[in-house]
Amino acid sequence: MMISTFWYTLGQGFKNLTRNGWYTLASIATITASLFLFGIFYAVLANFQNIVQEAEKGVSVTVFFHKGTTEDEMLALKAELEMRPEVRQVDFESAAAAWEEFKSQYLGEYAEGYGGDNPLEDSSNLQIYMTDVSRQSSLVSYIESVNIVRVVNRSEIAASTLSAANRLIALVSFGIIALLIAVSVFLISNTVAVGISIRSEEITIMKYIGATDFIVRAPFVIEGIIIGLIGSLLPMGIVYLIYRAATDYFSSRFTMLKSFFSFLPTSAFFGNLMLITVIIGVGIGFFGSMITVRRHLRV
Amino acid sequence: MADEKNNEKNKAEEKAPRRKRRTKPRVTQDEIITIENVTKTYQTGSPALNGISLHIKRGEFVFIVGDSGSGKSTLIKLLLRELEPTSGNITVMGYNLGRIRHRQIPKFRRKLGIVFQDFRLLKDRNVYENVAFAQRVVQTPPGKIRNNVTAMLSLVGLAPKYKNKVTQLSGGEQQRVALARALVNKPDILLADEPTGNLDPGNSWEIMKLMEQINERGTTVIVVTHNREIVNSMRKRVVTMNQGVIVEDMEEGIYRDDD
Ligand SMILES: Nc1ncnc2c1ncn2[C@@H]1O[C@H](COP(=O)(O)OP(=O)(O)OP(=O)(O)O)[C@@H](O)[C@H]1O
Ligand SMILES: [Mg+2]
Repeated sequence: MMISTFWYTLGQGFKNLTRNGWYTLASIATITASLFLFGIFYAVLANFQNIVQEAEKGVSVTVFFHKGTTEDEMLALKAELEMRPEVRQVDFESAAAAWEEFKSQYLGEYAEGYGGDNPLEDSSNLQIYMTDVSRQSSLVSYIESVNIVRVVNRSEIAASTLSAANRLIALVSFGIIALLIAVSVFLISNTVAVGISIRSEEITIMKYIGATDFIVRAPFVIEGIIIGLIGSLLPMGIVYLIYRAATDYFSSRFTMLKSFFSFLPTSAFFGNLMLITVIIGVGIGFFGSMITVRRHLRV
Repeated sequence: MADEKNNEKNKAEEKAPRRKRRTKPRVTQDEIITIENVTKTYQTGSPALNGISLHIKRGEFVFIVGDSGSGKSTLIKLLLRELEPTSGNITVMGYNLGRIRHRQIPKFRRKLGIVFQDFRLLKDRNVYENVAFAQRVVQTPPGKIRNNVTAMLSLVGLAPKYKNKVTQLSGGEQQRVALARALVNKPDILLADEPTGNLDPGNSWEIMKLMEQINERGTTVIVVTHNREIVNSMRKRVVTMNQGVIVEDMEEGIYRDDD
């Protein structure tokens, strides 16, 4: 393709946009709306994922031992567990330390009533933090089979609830976005069809003159791609600003939230989001116009 | 001098591609349009063309005349490969239109110039752009477009009005723009379907004279017309059609009265 052809097609593509202004605006608006929602869902999901990951780090398995188990045996198990790939960290807490902790946290000066006894005598334990919470059950059943182990406490409900919620959000937003994308493709193909009918006279003349299929079709495909591009850049700008404003507002308004989680900074996900959105937008524009051009421009 | 040169040239031609000549008979080499036994029936009704045959040589000027509905426009559309015949063969500039591939049609059409009764100009553009459009569409290098367009507009006498909107031109001027557009890509054949149908006698004459001039420069010209006066005074080949058949084909012919 010659460079002049490229500029001609591009110029015609831009002209098409203005020739049927209202349809162009309508398709840009729909794509903008779809991709805006996509951006919002993406941002929310990214944060949710982050929360889940943070929470998973805090989810632990606690192992208690039979009476009479020596500290050496406990430490041996600790060392063995630390070798496993799904285990991130194992903390050992001796019965004495547990009692000290309990005293200082709940009893304060009343603790003296217990004298030298340790009522939490058999409360030596191992706290296991995992890298991958989904492998928690298999780890637990392994530990339960070790003979020095009395009981294993775990917080499975927290973990599974988090990932189920995560999945639900992903599923619902995927459904909505798929619907919106279908609507966008439909609208773009309609816009292009209107453009073709407005210019049918010109297309006929072009064909008489000896225009190739490519020259006749390309401006319309370019038109679709430009619509898709505008319709993806616009919502990204809006999402960026809104996200900034919303996270600033929430963090300053509800400072106590900070102890639970913090919002992801835009730098953590915006680059990816931008890339995906532009690809989707341009893809919608390309396919939407292609469908129509193939159907209506059998030149 | 010139004669000598010509003689030499003729000799050279005779010597070199002898074999080629024999396999390709002289008739077809000179013939730019060959129509053999062509019938065209639209979905509805009786045939618009009924078994016509027509041979046109390179460089000819041919009028096609006949009553309304006799099949003249249908014939032009077949030559453009806008339509395909129901049966029969059409060869134009060596292209067998029954076998031509879809992808080859643009290349074929670039060698045709086409003019219609209703001008078919792009109303949102000026005179220059309407002619340049034809060059852009066939991807002429931009550096050449300006010269070509200016030359064509001078030929049809519209150079001073190159900036005007086509809607601000008279019918005759619009048809001259259309003619410039048809010619700017240097076609081998000019096809005109009632080019003076919407024009007053003065403008009709101007357009016809322009087409004669173009023909004298070597372009084959085929003009469908109802203008009896012009046909009768120009003394060109006249093909007369009636109800889908060619009823008369005369060198230096005339457009007869119906009765
Ligand atoms: N698209 C079409 N569908 C069906 N029939 C058609 C079509 N175009 C033309 N015809 C018929 O074919 C016949 C020849 O039409 P054509 O247009 O070739 O005539 P013409 O000689 O150009 O007439 P005119 O001088 O009025 O332009 C007519 O009977 C016409 O009704
Ligand atoms: Mg006609």
